[in-house]
Amino acid sequence: MAVRNLSTQRSLKEMVKTFGLPRIIIVIFLITLWGISMSLEIPFGQLLSDTLVRWGMNGVLVLAMMPSIMAGTGLYFGLPVGIICGLIGGLLAIELNLTGFAAFFGAILFSLPLSAIAGWGYGWMMNRLKGSEMTVATYIGFSFVSLMCIFWAMAPFKSPEMAWPIGRGLRVTISLAGRYEKILNNFLSFSVFGVMIPTGLLLFFLGMCLLVRFFFTTKTGLALKASGENPRFSSSSGVSVDKMRIVGNIFSTILGSIGILVYSQSFGFLQLYTAPLFMGFLAAASILIGGASIKKASITHVLLGTFLFQGLLVVALPVANKVATLGSLAEISRIIVSNGVILYALAQKSGE
Amino acid sequence: MQKSEYVLHMDGIGKEYHGNRVLSDVTISLKPGEIHGIVGENGAGKSTLMNILFGMSVIHSTGGHEGTISVDGEKVSIRSPLDAMTLGIGMVHQEFMLIPGFSITENIKLNRELTKENPISKVFGKEMRTLDLQHMGADARKALDTLDMDIDQWAKIAGLPVGHMQFIEIAREIDKTNLKVLVFDEPTAVLTESEAVNLLQAMRAIAKRGIAILFITHRLQEIMDICTSITILRDGKLVAQKRQEETSIYELAELMIGTQVGELMRHPNENLAAKPVLLSIRNLKVAMSGEEVKDVNLDIHEGEIIGIGGLAGQGKLGIANGIMGLYPSEGEVTYQGKPFALNDTIHALQTGMAFVSEDRRSVGLLLDSSIELNIAFTAMQRQHKFLKKIGPVMQMDKKAVRTLALNMIQDLDIRCTGPMQQTRRLSGGNQQKVCIARALCLEPKLLFVSEPTRGIDVGAKKLVLQTLVRLSEELGLTVIMTSSELAELRSVCDRIAIVTEGKIAGILSSKDSQVEFGLLMAGAKHGST
Repeated sequence: MAVRNLSTQRSLKEMVKTFGLPRIIIVIFLITLWGISMSLEIPFGQLLSDTLVRWGMNGVLVLAMMPSIMAGTGLYFGLPVGIICGLIGGLLAIELNLTGFAAFFGAILFSLPLSAIAGWGYGWMMNRLKGSEMTVATYIGFSFVSLMCIFWAMAPFKSPEMAWPIGRGLRVTISLAGRYEKILNNFLSFSVFGVMIPTGLLLFFLGMCLLVRFFFTTKTGLALKASGENPRFSSSSGVSVDKMRIVGNIFSTILGSIGILVYSQSFGFLQLYTAPLFMGFLAAASILIGGASIKKASITHVLLGTFLFQGLLVVALPVANKVATLGSLAEISRIIVSNGVILYALAQKSGE
Repeated sequence: MQKSEYVLHMDGIGKEYHGNRVLSDVTISLKPGEIHGIVGENGAGKSTLMNILFGMSVIHSTGGHEGTISVDGEKVSIRSPLDAMTLGIGMVHQEFMLIPGFSITENIKLNRELTKENPISKVFGKEMRTLDLQHMGADARKALDTLDMDIDQWAKIAGLPVGHMQFIEIAREIDKTNLKVLVFDEPTAVLTESEAVNLLQAMRAIAKRGIAILFITHRLQEIMDICTSITILRDGKLVAQKRQEETSIYELAELMIGTQVGELMRHPNENLAAKPVLLSIRNLKVAMSGEEVKDVNLDIHEGEIIGIGGLAGQGKLGIANGIMGLYPSEGEVTYQGKPFALNDTIHALQTGMAFVSEDRRSVGLLLDSSIELNIAFTAMQRQHKFLKKIGPVMQMDKKAVRTLALNMIQDLDIRCTGPMQQTRRLSGGNQQKVCIARALCLEPKLLFVSEPTRGIDVGAKKLVLQTLVRLSEELGLTVIMTSSELAELRSVCDRIAIVTEGKIAGILSSKDSQVEFGLLMAGAKHGST
């Protein structure tokens, strides 16, 4: 009996270790908030629907972190670069007056070459900055966003849906109503027990996850993984580590541009100018909450992390509003959680 | 207080790291003005002994040491390098600890500056005193003169030749007024021949001033040239203590290496010359820091197992790393009768070479990946094996990789829970077998194996060596085995090339005597015979 006790204790300890303390705390926190929300008679079905939607709409952006981490360039703080490429694709689709799925997939198609080129340049930069990738990446993201503010203000788009009525340049937010608003969310969606399931959105997200998973079973994917895990091992096998780092960053940039289109169709607007600025941090926080480190990440980390992070945000807002009428409490908690998690991950020396 | 005749007396010194004995019962006594040599192979315990003398934290954080140390007949406890310095024990470092942007004087007087009062220091205290540059310069000049150095004491360190830097390190030590014992740890390793001669002269001059010198080196000739007494360490034990006049360089070499001979696992092939040359190396230079290859010429015959031995840091490891393109190298290499492109790992792998690195954990393995991925990776990337095509994409063929891994696990007897186990969780010997398996699935003609038994236990060592012998016999593989353990090379190799100072000092048969090996390793072959 004592022996069994010991072994169950040990396996519990093992479980805690593999699941990780930060995740356990977050899960407990989330469940507590759910409990509070129920006692406050906030409709739980609504909360869960919102969580699922936000899970799907942010998922691909979080997924974009993965190739960069695996290639050894750390968290993909250059996410705004990918996002901007996606936005340009989205704008082009409107300019060409596309609607429905044609518009959505058209936007992805237009953004692909842009993000491939941008990702290559970004990866090239990362290779010249070995050792301080993440710090510099953050600033690359920031400066690119600022640079693009000028572009948005001067861009020669003609469509009246996007341009300011007077003068030139693009509006700050561009509505996708009638174009491809919620096109994935509504695809095959249904509701059970008052919970809306955004089938198309989740399918697309899972599809992208499978794609990434498939990539990491290919020759290139394995070379990329090995380069991130042990660059010296890879080069002793004749793999060009620098090339693999570029491939990883191209892949991350492409996922970032697809990610923002998925996000925008669900949100209903394309957000230009400074909107992409902090999206990299939110995505980074999500994958870290899921259990990834700056050296290692998996699809499970993406799925779990996005769900926990978004679940937390969705439930925090109504609970905070009921408990204290301080309007910005949800926003504050979001910033504390996201920045706290990033800090935690960066403080882990070996990234293990 | 009774003054002892010994300035330093280390009595019965021993040390154990986590149950692993590295030093036992070593007693060394130094008289003022004596030059005492300490010789021994890598791992003989020289650095542990010095760590104890300087109270390094690695000693005290692992439970201290056995035995006592006395300075001037008085028992002392040295808990930190600062204690050692206060007691008048100084060290000339192998790596120079100098500030390039400072002048020679400033470096010599660093943290021991002479100062004088000024109005501000009278108010704010000692930290604000002005440097007394004139006297500092004079002191530095005096120290440099002792060493016969006629360079300007105000010259900046940056840009000085390496030989000068070594002397400035020494000048800094002898400038300390209480200096009683000075330790030289392999000081001539980085110097040219003429610089080394100057250094030895300087050491004599220092000894004349009554300072005792502990001289650690593997160059036996230098020991014979200037030491009055010599201690020989081997495997952490004091093997012998000799006076210079009663010993010879041959005896030292033999004592240093010992007479232990490994079990012969295979009979050396006698008629190698009849076999065609597979790899011919001419004037190979490899820029691998710490293991630099300066000029290596070597012919390797088909089907042989050739050993490359020598002391650490002499460049034996650089040869394999250089040919495999992992470190920048130049020279002429002919492989299978064709010119071989250096600095090109892909070329090396594609022409049938494979490499098992000496650095298992940081080069040889993906520690967080499965055994099967580790084994198949290189073959997959370089030879497109174990892949299946899906449209334009090459995907890993899981079934083929699994079969391969299971076969290798069985063939090489890799003890694991299965092909999906992370290599981090394997023992050293089994990790090494995974590395060998990875090399083997390239189906190489020529296999480089570096330090195959480093850090693995005795039983596993034998298994790894047996595996190499079996592979060479069954597959006709040519093996170039680099190892620091001579006994191991002698038990499996046809010939053994000894690398000293980046060059092949000589090639011996495993039947040659220990003395021969010892002399080659100590770089004494040319000088004295």
